[in-house]
Amino acid sequence: MLRYALLRLLGAIPTLLLVIVLAFLMVHAAPGGPFDAERVLPSDVAANIEAAYHIDESLARQFMRYMSGLARGDMGPSYRYRDYTVAELIGSGLPLSLQIGTLAMALALLVGVSAGSVAALKQNSMLDRIVMSFAMTGISIPVFVVAPVLVLLLAVKMHVLPAGWSGTAGAAKFVLPVVTLALPQIAYIARLTRASMIDVLGSDFIRTARAQGLGTRTLIRVHALKPAMLPVLSYMGPAIAAILTGSVVVEEVFSIPGLGQFFVRGALNRDYTLVLGIVIFYATLIISLNLVVDILYATIDPRVRRR
Amino acid sequence: MSLLAVSNLSVRYGDDAVVDGVSFSVGRGECVGLVGESGAGKTQAALSLLGLLPKNANITGNIVFDGIELANKSNKQLDPIRAMRVGMVFQDPMLALNPYLRVGKQLRQILLQHEMATGDDADRRVVEMLERVGLPDAGRQFRAYPHELSGGMRQRVMIASALICEPDLLIADEPTTALDVTVQAQILDLLEALRDETALLLITHDLGIVAGRCERLLVFNAGKLVESGATTSVFAAPESAHTKKLLAAALRVDRGEIPRPVSAKTVLAVESASVSYRDNSRQQLYAVRDVSLSLREAETLAIVGESGSGKSSLVRAVLGLIPMGAGRAVYAGEPLEGSVQSRAASQRRDLQLVFQNPAGALNPQMRVATLVGEPLLIHKPGLSAERRNERIVKILEKVGLDESYLRRFPHQLSGGQAQRVAIARALILQPKILICDEAVAALDGSVREQVLALLRKVQSESGLSTIFISHDLAVVRSISHRVAVMYLGRLIEVADTASLFSTPRHPYTKALLDASPIPDPLIAPVTAPLVGEVPSLVSPPSGCVFHPRCRFAEEACRSDRPQPRALGSALVACHKANEFTL
Repeated sequence: MLRYALLRLLGAIPTLLLVIVLAFLMVHAAPGGPFDAERVLPSDVAANIEAAYHIDESLARQFMRYMSGLARGDMGPSYRYRDYTVAELIGSGLPLSLQIGTLAMALALLVGVSAGSVAALKQNSMLDRIVMSFAMTGISIPVFVVAPVLVLLLAVKMHVLPAGWSGTAGAAKFVLPVVTLALPQIAYIARLTRASMIDVLGSDFIRTARAQGLGTRTLIRVHALKPAMLPVLSYMGPAIAAILTGSVVVEEVFSIPGLGQFFVRGALNRDYTLVLGIVIFYATLIISLNLVVDILYATIDPRVRRR
Repeated sequence: MSLLAVSNLSVRYGDDAVVDGVSFSVGRGECVGLVGESGAGKTQAALSLLGLLPKNANITGNIVFDGIELANKSNKQLDPIRAMRVGMVFQDPMLALNPYLRVGKQLRQILLQHEMATGDDADRRVVEMLERVGLPDAGRQFRAYPHELSGGMRQRVMIASALICEPDLLIADEPTTALDVTVQAQILDLLEALRDETALLLITHDLGIVAGRCERLLVFNAGKLVESGATTSVFAAPESAHTKKLLAAALRVDRGEIPRPVSAKTVLAVESASVSYRDNSRQQLYAVRDVSLSLREAETLAIVGESGSGKSSLVRAVLGLIPMGAGRAVYAGEPLEGSVQSRAASQRRDLQLVFQNPAGALNPQMRVATLVGEPLLIHKPGLSAERRNERIVKILEKVGLDESYLRRFPHQLSGGQAQRVAIARALILQPKILICDEAVAALDGSVREQVLALLRKVQSESGLSTIFISHDLAVVRSISHRVAVMYLGRLIEVADTASLFSTPRHPYTKALLDASPIPDPLIAPVTAPLVGEVPSLVSPPSGCVFHPRCRFAEEACRSDRPQPRALGSALVACHKANEFTL
């Protein structure tokens, strides 16, 4: 298993390289540069700054310079947050983003799996239809619509939850961002769980368990839950990616000083190193979490295990 | 009072009655056989007894088990009866056991549920039960997953799960249909030995299985009980027309007409053929090793053997569907080389293949006319549409299908009709050699007989040579002129059909014959014709591959590999074949 994990990690290196190259080309292809501002700098000052940050060099040289820095574990200084390195900025934004992302994921799993299972057990009942129409709605409405609507309803009209981040203390400020982020995932996981649970409940080995008189509760717990969770587990990779993407919007809407906000600001400001740093960090995160998912998959399904 | 009394039982889905007003009973300790063709409602009836049918099934009538009414009861009411009083064995243990749970845990759960045992005591009883059903090294297999066990071992686990609470009634639904014939004999013996006081309702399509083992028979047809009575009297004097039809279609290995050998001219020669694969750990496995065979003009050569014997791999390599590792095949003086795509059109045209499952072999999106005409488009592209249609109609007529079938899709055909279409598709190019890979294995008795008759007719009309792969020796006896027996990739015996069935020379051939159930209640089944299971290809036995299971094996058999040698008209790969009488 360890050998497999190592091999998979090595196999991820080309993927990561490709991500870096594409991201590098894309940030540099965007018009303007990090030091363009409304107040035009005197040309010699601009030239000095550009020379200091090496952005007067050719793209290839800049890339080599960036890569050699990366190889030493240095993601460079931020171009716009003076006196901060990219690593420091990621370090400062990460904890908050991580908290919100993990909470959203946990909420999505908890609610999605329960709702999906109940819907599957009561297939074609009223309850099933209600759960599934909520799920369909959840999938159809994008985060950037859900977030303002929730703020409008719960914060502005009903005053039960804070609308923004700063100035409010306690756990209440987490509620809206986490729920917003989790909603589409809840919806998707509920649908997945329902479909796979129905599938498993129709399989021959469940009939065998019924014939053994195991009773519905034991049957679900002992025989059905594990196989029914496999599709949900496979979805965890894409779900994590979706939560990361969602967090970019959510942090912007609720003004949360997390990684997503740095990412958006970095992109708008042409803060090349910051954008690249966050892209690399996200890519690494997604690749490693996908590996974790695959390993978990193998522990649940004995047939995919290899020597 | 009988243990189980079913009266006027019907199972309906909407307006369709799949079981229609059936009444029967099973006495304490009795063994009752329930037979019928596919779609007769056997399984539906069996599942209804324990309330295992889907929710949309509408059940009427009474099911009284030991004074308790079971029909239309909730799961909660039935759970104390299930496993405790009535155990159930299903057909395919690969599907019927949970692949995600260790077998020990699956059995243990039954004991816990019914409060028969807890903790270490439960584990101990499970291991004990696994030992009783003959699992070698039961303590270790307790921790095995179903996919790590062979088919036979899985079915033993299934039986263990059904008997662990010592029920009064055991329902076994086609318990051996997914298994090889020697393993089938072992499983049937095991059921007989273990059931003790337990009554057995044995459901099967195979009259051979019930003949020697059940006291009474119930014959189902189209949801109705058409005949019931003591096994001997049902066989001796069947009353219903359907039973008579079933009995007439039941082939037997011990009697019946045998096709006479025909010519001696060889059309296809396989010379020292080997087929190998690499498994996950890159180890070389030989599916076929050093096999030489010849097919003569206008003859049917059967290749028999259990799963893993290499019979399908051999013909696939001859056809060029998989690479032949060593050796070669020669057809009409020319070697058949390379993959099928790289072969000359004439070679491709002259060798045609019919698969086991016609539903899977026919493209579901094509109509019969397209399916049958497709080979012509490839091999005779110049043919006009009218000429092509003429040939399609003609060949369909030959296989017994009229023009009304031309526009049908495969799902609109019965199993037998679909297999006729597959045969027509293979025959339309007028091949010289037809290879049938288990071509009748999926068909019911009466339909099977029709397809076999069709194959005989085609052969006598056109002088076609046929390779007929089958695991069913009774079918082989009725269709083939010569028989080749394979075991673990090796050819172990080739002989004329008559001599192979009357005087088998190889102990394995003898065991296969003994294990084949005979549909005759007056002939007692041979107990334990062959012990153990087919060894893994990963580590084939030294010397004679059959020696670990052979009761005649000696030192020489363990060390030296026997080469096929002539004994009478037969070729036998056995050191001692002339020293014993089987």
